[in-house]
Amino acid sequence: MQKTRKIRVLIAKPGLDSHDRGAKVVARALRDAGMEVIYTGLRQTPELIVETALQEDVDVIGLSILSGAHKTLFPRIMDLLKKQGLTDVLVFAGGIIPEEDVSDMKKVGIKEIFGPGTRTETIIQYVLDNLPKRD
Amino acid sequence: MHRLTATEEIVKGVLGGNRRSIAKAITAIENDTCQAEEIIAQIYPHTGKAHVIGLTGAGGAGKSTLIEKIVREYRRRGKTVGIVAVDPTSPFTGGAFLGDRIRMQELSTDEGVFIRSMATRNYAGGIAKATKDAVKVLDAAGKDIVLVETVGAGQSEVEIIKVAQTIVVMHAPGLGDEIQAIKAGIMEIADIFVVNKADRENANKAVIDIQSNLQMNNKESPWKPPVLKTTALTGEGVPELIDKLEEHRCFLEGNLECKKALLKNRAETELNEAIKEKAADSLIENLRKRGKLDELLQQILEKKIDPHSAAEKLIKKALSDAET
Repeated sequence: MQKTRKIRVLIAKPGLDSHDRGAKVVARALRDAGMEVIYTGLRQTPELIVETALQEDVDVIGLSILSGAHKTLFPRIMDLLKKQGLTDVLVFAGGIIPEEDVSDMKKVGIKEIFGPGTRTETIIQYVLDNLPKRD
Repeated sequence: MHRLTATEEIVKGVLGGNRRSIAKAITAIENDTCQAEEIIAQIYPHTGKAHVIGLTGAGGAGKSTLIEKIVREYRRRGKTVGIVAVDPTSPFTGGAFLGDRIRMQELSTDEGVFIRSMATRNYAGGIAKATKDAVKVLDAAGKDIVLVETVGAGQSEVEIIKVAQTIVVMHAPGLGDEIQAIKAGIMEIADIFVVNKADRENANKAVIDIQSNLQMNNKESPWKPPVLKTTALTGEGVPELIDKLEEHRCFLEGNLECKKALLKNRAETELNEAIKEKAADSLIENLRKRGKLDELLQQILEKKIDPHSAAEKLIKKALSDAET
């Protein structure tokens, strides 16, 4: 009988860039670490991402963005998550996010940012260590 | 005033169609928590209103893409829709990549639609153990239509018949030998056949293959499964498919005996499965508590008794204890 809780992760691509190799690599790595990974596909609005997180009841969201629009999109996503009461979801991000933007992104609630070259093991370990507690 | 418990809160939310509550209820069911049983017990009287449709067929036939079009057509006709899309769990890591949603993602922000991706968690038969009860949640939440997409199915993934009232089996042209393989198993469970990718060569041949196979069926049945053609990418053929789905629903409603038999059959299966699970759990737990489990396992390992005989003895004893 299965009593263990499965970790559910949403990997999402906000904005208009169509480079999802990185998103897929991370999705695959988390899958191989025993997690259930839902991938949104490309070009997602903040509304679509947050609604998906809600319906899928995920524990973790990973945002991948390479278009440079993170300063507009990330705060909007975090705001919508709050509005929907999804405050106990761990949100991390990856892609091309300049060093000088990192602290602003963390201020709006993105817990960690993984740039190019990050090892997948690092991300897996991060998720396991920072998983939100739920009953 | 009486404060609602967490479970009551979820149940109240589900019955009111609250999306967060629906999501939480399905998670509880998937994780098989104690809360889940309570939730199901409380929503059960409110189920039975939705038309539950199962969509199955080989991986790549176009199930998810077609579902997107089916949902749009149902929405155009004013119906609300819940979707459970099942994908396989890795037998090695327990992880899963749930990719069905990508094809229907744009429906996510439609308030009349609720989509849930579900991993099989190594349950056999093309759906997850939690699928049946997740359907109940969406039904109780007031969805008019509940669609279940199975994993890419081969021959024996027919568990969907325990969940859905109407089964759509999808084919695509050019599957060739695979169609032969499918024929042996899934052919029997379809209420409606769909040949998708109808814009491709050989679509008519696939239709004829299925029809000629159906003609060999000499079992008398009041419902003759139609064979339809669709092109999921453009939505061609989808309104006709919805008409047929409605027709089958009316057939079940109108043909009360047929529907009663279906429901009774399903109730028996569900009872059977519930007894199996609960009886097994409590018998094992009871053995463990009395400190007899290890002893019995050792006897089995030493080939002094086989597992079947051991189980039979245990059940006989439990039943006779219950009578005295």
